[in-house]
Amino acid sequence: MTGRRVIVVGGGLGGLWATLAIAGGGHRVLLFSLFEVMRSHSVCAQGGINAVLDYQGQHDSVAQHIRDTLKGGSWLANQPPVKSMCEAAPGLIRTFERMGVTFSRTPEGLLDQRLFGGVKHKRTCFAGASTGQQLMHGVDQQVRRLEAEGRVEKHEWWEYLGLVKDGAGVCRGVVAMDLRSLGVQAFPADAVVLATGGLGQLYAPQTTCSTNSTGAAASRAYQQGARFANAELFQFHPTAMLGEDKTRLMSEAARGEGGRVWVPKDPADRREPNRIPEAERWYFLEDWYPAYGNTVPRDIASRAIWRVCRELKQGIGGGDRVYLDLTHLDPGFVESRLGAILSIYRKFAGTDPLDAPMEIFPAAHYAMGGLWVDFERDPASGGVKPGSPRNHATSIAGLYACGECDYGYHGANRLGANSLLSASYSGRVAGEAVLSHLAGIERGADAVPAAPFDAEVARQQAINRELMTGQGNESPYRLHEELGALMTSRVGVVRDNAGLDRALEELAALERRAAHMALAEASPWANQTLAYARQVQDMIRLARVMAASARVRDECRGAHYKPEFDLPLPQSGRSAQDLGSPEWSQYRERWAANNARWLKTTVAEYSADGPRIDFEPVDLSVLAPDQPRDYR
Amino acid sequence: MIGIAGSQQLDLRRVGTGYAGGTRDTRASTRAGIETQRQDPADNQSVELRVRRQDAPDAAPYWQTFRLRVRPGDNVVSVLRALRLHPITADGEPVDPVAFEHNCMEEVCGACAMLIDGAPRPACSTLLADLGTVIRLEPLPKFPVVRDLMVDRARLFERLSRVKAWVRLDGPWDTHERAPRIAQRQWATDYLYSRCMSCGICLAACPQVDGQAQDNNGFIGPAALAQVRLLNAHPLGRYDKPERLHAIMAQGGLTDCGNAQNCVRVCPKKIPLTTAIGELGRQTTVQALQDLFGA
Repeated sequence: MTGRRVIVVGGGLGGLWATLAIAGGGHRVLLFSLFEVMRSHSVCAQGGINAVLDYQGQHDSVAQHIRDTLKGGSWLANQPPVKSMCEAAPGLIRTFERMGVTFSRTPEGLLDQRLFGGVKHKRTCFAGASTGQQLMHGVDQQVRRLEAEGRVEKHEWWEYLGLVKDGAGVCRGVVAMDLRSLGVQAFPADAVVLATGGLGQLYAPQTTCSTNSTGAAASRAYQQGARFANAELFQFHPTAMLGEDKTRLMSEAARGEGGRVWVPKDPADRREPNRIPEAERWYFLEDWYPAYGNTVPRDIASRAIWRVCRELKQGIGGGDRVYLDLTHLDPGFVESRLGAILSIYRKFAGTDPLDAPMEIFPAAHYAMGGLWVDFERDPASGGVKPGSPRNHATSIAGLYACGECDYGYHGANRLGANSLLSASYSGRVAGEAVLSHLAGIERGADAVPAAPFDAEVARQQAINRELMTGQGNESPYRLHEELGALMTSRVGVVRDNAGLDRALEELAALERRAAHMALAEASPWANQTLAYARQVQDMIRLARVMAASARVRDECRGAHYKPEFDLPLPQSGRSAQDLGSPEWSQYRERWAANNARWLKTTVAEYSADGPRIDFEPVDLSVLAPDQPRDYR
Repeated sequence: MIGIAGSQQLDLRRVGTGYAGGTRDTRASTRAGIETQRQDPADNQSVELRVRRQDAPDAAPYWQTFRLRVRPGDNVVSVLRALRLHPITADGEPVDPVAFEHNCMEEVCGACAMLIDGAPRPACSTLLADLGTVIRLEPLPKFPVVRDLMVDRARLFERLSRVKAWVRLDGPWDTHERAPRIAQRQWATDYLYSRCMSCGICLAACPQVDGQAQDNNGFIGPAALAQVRLLNAHPLGRYDKPERLHAIMAQGGLTDCGNAQNCVRVCPKKIPLTTAIGELGRQTTVQALQDLFGA
C-alpha cells in the first residue's frame, strides 16, 4: 500500500469520519480505541443532528442556523468554522442517509425534523431517540469496509499515552499501551489526529457522560505543549435522571416534542404529580421565557432549574428535582419519536414516563472548550478554506484534533443537536486537512531517528512502574470521587471567585495526593486499575485548567455563570423589538463594553507550576454580535 | 456449553420486560456523595456476589464470593464499581478488583454484557431489586475470556465483515441528491434492527453458536443476520443483496439456525431477530432459484 501512515486516536463519530477521509485519500490509518469501536460515547447522543432542509414549511435558512449557533454560544465561537459547518450540514445528512442511517420519516416519506432548544425552526434530523448510535452505525460500517480492504488497521483496547515529537517539536507519532498485555509501544506516523471525546467524568457521578469521557487524552496532549482553549465553558444538561452511579440523559428532544418542565407551586405538596391540578403547577420556563418556553437553550434551562431548586427552594419536596412531563402528549407519538429514552427511564427509574412525569435535574454533559485548533479563513466564501492544512491543526505541528476534544464550534454554550453535527463535520475537515498536510511533507516519520520514540516509551514506562510499585496509600477510585464532588460543587452551574480559589487549592492538593497512589492490584495482565490511575492523574491536571480558566473570566457568558458579574436584562421590553428604548440603549452599552473586554478565547498553556492563561481575539467576520441573548 | 443451560433458565418476566420489578425508590440524594462503607455483612440489605474469575485467557477459572451492601437503584455495574473500592472477599481476603467492561451505563454501548444468574444480560440495566440476595456473575459465554468478566468479542465484528454489512458508497461525500422517500411503516421496522449494540448477548444464548470454533466457519449468529436483513432493505444496500445472501448461504450461514428462539428472548433491545431470520430464509430461497435459473 502506497501513501503515508496516519494515526487516529478515538473511534467515535469524529475519529471515524477522520478515518474515512484519510483512508479515502489513499493513506493507511491506524485507528486506536480504548475498546471495541462502536462502544464510544457518540452512541449515547439521542435527540438528533441539526441541518437546514426546510421540509417543514417554516422558512428555515442556513443563515438562521448560523445565527442561532453563534448567538446560542454567546458569540464566543470563531465564526468562519461555524458558517462552513452549518452550510455543510444538509450534505452530511444526505451522506449519512446513503450510508444506511435509519433517519425517521414524515408521513410522505421525507426526512423528518423536530424542534430543539434555542431555535424557532424544526431543524433537527433524528433516528428515533438513538440518533448517535445510528450515525455511528453508518460510519462504523464504512470503516469496517476499509478495514476489510486493508486500508485501516484497528488497534482496539489500546490507550494513547503520549505524543512523540522530533527535535523540531513536530509530532511524529504516539506512544500507546496495550490494555491487555500492558505493553507500552511507540507508533511512528506522519500525522496524528486526536478524536478523544469529552471530559464529563471530571464531574462524576453527576454526569451524563460515559466512563471513558475522562479528557485524559486531551490532558496528555496539553501537558506536552498543546494549547487548551475555553476550558471554563462546560455545559450542564438541564434534564438528566437522578442517579447515584450516573445521571442518565433525557434528551432535549423530550422538550422539543412538547415536554413541559414544572414543579408543584407548593414544594411541600406530596400528591402524586398526576393528581396535582394545572392551577397548582408552576411551569417556570414557560413563565420566565414565554417566547421560547421549554425550549430555551440548555444553559438557561439549567440555571432556571438550579434557581428554582437551590435559591427559591421550590424543587419537588424541597429537593434537587423538577418534573419533565410528557403525559399530556399522545402516547403513540411519544413512543415512536422518543422510544429510546422512554426505555432508559423505565429500566433505570422503574416508572413509565407515559404514566407519570420524569424527575430530572441538571448534570455535567458537554465540553465546549477543548484542544485549541486553527482554521484558515477563505476570503472568497467567508467560511473556512476547504482542504487547508491549518484547519483543525493544534498548536503542535502534525497534531490535529476533532470532535468534542477540540473547542471549535460552540462558543460558550452548545445548542442541542449541534454536537453530532460538529463531531461529524470536524472529523471530515480534520481528515481533509491531514491530506493536505501529508502532501506537503518531504520526509516521513520513518526518517526520524529512534531516540525520541525510545525516550517517550521510557517516560511512559516509568510512570507505569512508579504506579505499579509505588508505596502510596491513595485509592484512584476515591480520588476520582473527590474530584467529581469538588468540581460539581465549585466549578459547576454557578461559580464564584472565592469558591474557584478554593477549588484551585484543593485541586493542587489532589494532584499531590494522586502522586502517591496505591493500586491494590499488581496483575501484569489487563490491569484496569493501572489505566484508571493514570487517567485520574491526568483528569486532575485538566480540572486545574478548567478551574483556572473559570477563575480569570469575570463575567457571565453562556454556561459560565458568575452571578457577581451578571448583567441582568432590562425587565421591560425584549431584545429583539425594544433595542431603541432608553433602558435597552443603556443595557446595550454595558453589554458592548463587556464584550469589548471579555469576548475573547481563553487559551491555557501547560507549565509545571500550573496552567498559564492568556486570551486571543474571536473571529467575528461573519456576523457582528448585535443581539444580547434574550429568549424571553 | 454454559450458554444453553443459562438460556433455558431464562426468566422472561425479568429479561423481556426489564422493569417488571415495579417502582423503585429513586429518591436518593442527587448530590455527589463520597462512597460510604459498602462492606457490612450484618446488614440485611447486603447481597452476595459470586464471581467466576480468570486471571488470563489460558488460566483456570475459579470462584470468589463478595458481600456488600446494596443501595436503592443499584445495578450490577454500580455494584461492581463499588467493589473496586474494597476488593475483599467474604472471607476477608484482599484480592484484585474484578475486571469487567462498562462505558455508557445506559444500555446503548453494549460493553457490559455478562452472564447474570446464568442468563446473558447487560449488567448496567440489570437492577439488584430484580435479583435475589445471592448473585452469580460469569463472563459472557461463546467469547474468549480476557480476564474475569471481560471477553473478546472480535468474532462478532468479524462476522459483520463476513456478511459485508455495509453500503458500498462511491465515497463519503455529498452527491447532492435528496434522500429517497421511505414510508414510515418501513422505517419503523428497519429502525428496530438498527438498535443493535453488538453486545453479543444473542450469540451467547444461541445453542448453535460454537464458542470453541476457530472462526470463520461456525454459525454466523443472529446479530449479523439481522444486519443483513436491514441492509438488504436499504435503497442502496439492496444493490449488494446477492453478495450478502451468498455469504449467509455458505457454511455456517442461515441454515445453521436451529430455531431455538433464544436470541429473540434475550435481546435487550427487543430486536425481532427470528423475524429477520425468517425473512432471510425467503430471500435466500429466491436467491437460490435465481442462481439456478438466472434472473
